[in-house]
Amino acid sequence: MAVAVLALIPLAYVATYVVVIGPVELWQLVARPRIVELLRNTITLAAACMAATAVLGVGLAFLVERTDLPGRRVWHGLLVAPLAVPAFVNGYAWVSLDRSVHGFAGAFGVVTLSYYPLVYLPVVAMLRRLDPALEESAWSLGHSRARTFRTVVLPQLRPALLGGALLVGLHLLAEFGALSLLRFPTFTTAIYDQYGSTFNGAAATAMAGVLVLLCLVLLLADLRLRGDRRYARVGRGAARSVVPVPLGPWRLPVLATVGAVVGLAVGVPAISLVRWLVVGTSTQFPLAELTEALVATVALALAGAVVTTLAAIPVVWLAVRHRGRLSTLIERSTYVANALPGIVVGLALVVASLRLVPVVYQTATLLVAAYAILFLPRAVVTVRAGLEQAPVVLDDVAHSLGLGPIATARRVTLPLIAPSLGAGAALVFLAISTELTATLMLSPIGTRTLATEFWSASSELRYGAAAPYALLLVLVSIPATVLLMRTDGPAAQAEDGVVPGGPA
Amino acid sequence: MSSLTITGVTKRYGATVAVDDVTLHVPHGCFTTVLGPSGCGKTTLLRLVAGFLAPESGSIAFGDTVVAGDGVRPMPPQTRRVGYVPQEGALFPHLDVAANIAFGLGKGARGSDRVAEMLDLVELPADFRHRRPDELSGGQQQRVALARSLAPQPALVLLDEPFSSLDASLRGSTSRAVRRALEASNTTAVLVTHDQNEALSLADEVAVMRAGRLVQSATPSQVYLSPSDPEVAAFVGRAVVLPGTASGAHARCALGEVVLTEAAEGEVSLMIRPEQVYVDLSHDEGVRGTVDEVSYYGHDCAVQVRLDDGTPVLSRMSGVRHPSPGDTVHLRVTGLVRAYRPAAP
Repeated sequence: MAVAVLALIPLAYVATYVVVIGPVELWQLVARPRIVELLRNTITLAAACMAATAVLGVGLAFLVERTDLPGRRVWHGLLVAPLAVPAFVNGYAWVSLDRSVHGFAGAFGVVTLSYYPLVYLPVVAMLRRLDPALEESAWSLGHSRARTFRTVVLPQLRPALLGGALLVGLHLLAEFGALSLLRFPTFTTAIYDQYGSTFNGAAATAMAGVLVLLCLVLLLADLRLRGDRRYARVGRGAARSVVPVPLGPWRLPVLATVGAVVGLAVGVPAISLVRWLVVGTSTQFPLAELTEALVATVALALAGAVVTTLAAIPVVWLAVRHRGRLSTLIERSTYVANALPGIVVGLALVVASLRLVPVVYQTATLLVAAYAILFLPRAVVTVRAGLEQAPVVLDDVAHSLGLGPIATARRVTLPLIAPSLGAGAALVFLAISTELTATLMLSPIGTRTLATEFWSASSELRYGAAAPYALLLVLVSIPATVLLMRTDGPAAQAEDGVVPGGPA
Repeated sequence: MSSLTITGVTKRYGATVAVDDVTLHVPHGCFTTVLGPSGCGKTTLLRLVAGFLAPESGSIAFGDTVVAGDGVRPMPPQTRRVGYVPQEGALFPHLDVAANIAFGLGKGARGSDRVAEMLDLVELPADFRHRRPDELSGGQQQRVALARSLAPQPALVLLDEPFSSLDASLRGSTSRAVRRALEASNTTAVLVTHDQNEALSLADEVAVMRAGRLVQSATPSQVYLSPSDPEVAAFVGRAVVLPGTASGAHARCALGEVVLTEAAEGEVSLMIRPEQVYVDLSHDEGVRGTVDEVSYYGHDCAVQVRLDDGTPVLSRMSGVRHPSPGDTVHLRVTGLVRAYRPAAP
């Protein structure tokens, strides 16, 4: 219960604000040309990126899963790789390589290249799970491969595709770093600028309100989508693989296209990073500062991971073992955080802490609380999957063998969920390590993390100095990406919105 | 080990009565199956005995000890000493076979003789002790689950549809092994199932449940040949039900004169098992009819016959020699026939 309350603080903050300020003044704040421009920017970018990632994600997934494209396994690995590069690092890589990459076109290109795996991964997972008998029946009924894909496969992919696209939308609304570097103003970057210049101006909060509204629209769309999942394959057993579509003369052009996508999404950032690393280290190599930032990041991430995972346990326990309206509500309330940009969580916690508990302002406690709110959904999803592996019947058996409730928890339940607790904590740890926005707003003065150091260097155009931090951020993101690529379990999690790199 | 006595037990879920005034006695060392269609309340009854649920009224006693009801606070499951074997075994996936079997034993029992003894009892090789549950077949998992439940020497063992997830061939061999293990350890056992063949072939006694009520409790052959009402008859196996007129020990019906299990008078319904309908292929004795359909199973076959007066009759006969559709045959009834008062119009 307390966990749910904590998770709802940001939402309550925005809602309270809206009520307190009154509709008239709110309208005056919102209905300004600047806001209208931001709204247009945000919505057009989100719509364009969602469409582009959907096309790219499905197309690439089909090529890798259903055709005889040479080296499909390698391509799969490379196509998921952009997940390991936080979008703001990707933005840095492009803008530092070519200053002309900026504005709508630049933002659209970079963000699409960063986020298409959010569609690609769940679609691949879905394609692998689809019963090949469905496609085989369609062929035997006289449909061509292309027609089968359109009439049978595509409708089945709908939940994965829409879910992925919505996730792209949510990430985009929360994206701050990349868009700020690419000089394309959206709500998130404008809120940050407002916060920096006027500190908790009414304008910042009003914009946060509009942003939250946009996020909630996407979240509701996502929830509706999930409520109606009747597509999953029924029955178990090893799924046979489908006979791949021969590409024939298209082989080379297709190979070149996939290669180009990988080159742009992975190659360019890698080249840029290496180049600046060489330039940066030739002038200076700040080993002491680097170590300090790494230690601070690890300490914060560790504390955040432990707190978040512990907070997830009671939520999951209620949701799995005591299904009911209240427990579902509590679980869902933590999901709202999924849609809340780090900027809003940061802003809300600044105000709430100053008003209610000023002692925690500018402390690590507040930052850890922000991490817990932001990343609770990931911990909940992972721990939940674990607890569902420990069915109640095992408790019954343990009781019948003479064990009381505490002994049962110790000898049966805990050993069974321990791996998922570990995995959940690891996911949160990695997400926190690469979190930028809330860290920038809430980290105590003097605390330097990888993300804040990277940010201060790159926003001052010291690209060489930023390179080592960028490299470390990428390295930290790799394990989570690998975890996610092992399809069965974690790919299903990708559908549930657990993705490394997260809203940054 | 002890006997089990259930007296007038009732359990509701909201408005629906899951278990309705059930009274059942399982003597010491006896193996009883509770047979009923899904949703009849048989699993609820089992969970009441195990202590996972508490009855609203009535009482449950192991031997002379009341464990629930009669104003006594229900004993929690961990102190009841019941062995519980759920569907699909539910072995602890994080423990190996030996640790699973020793789970209910004291500390240090893992390497003890008891584990070896139990593996031997359920007819599994001793080197299985280090296997993990996911390395066992479904039938082997069920055997380990039984060994785990028997290891602490429970007062009785409860089995909840333990074979329903196994395929047909495994089901036969596993259920026979389970029966031998229960017999060898002289354990009182209650098995819940919706499978008639399983219920009849395994148990000393069969208790038939329908809509929360216990409708008949008797030996397998009594339940099959002398079911308490036509509905039980139809649930336990195929049945031919014909109207007839009884006078004393005999009755007349479309299949001619039959001998009754109990004397009756007047209008009755007669329940005849298909095995009792003898199809004479070579003689003209009995009631004449035409073969409509033959379902051949190898070991036997089912022959659907239409009598000359239009009455459909099913016969089950040896598969060695059988008629073909369209053949004219003669039917007569062998053995005793159970008569029921027809339901009030």
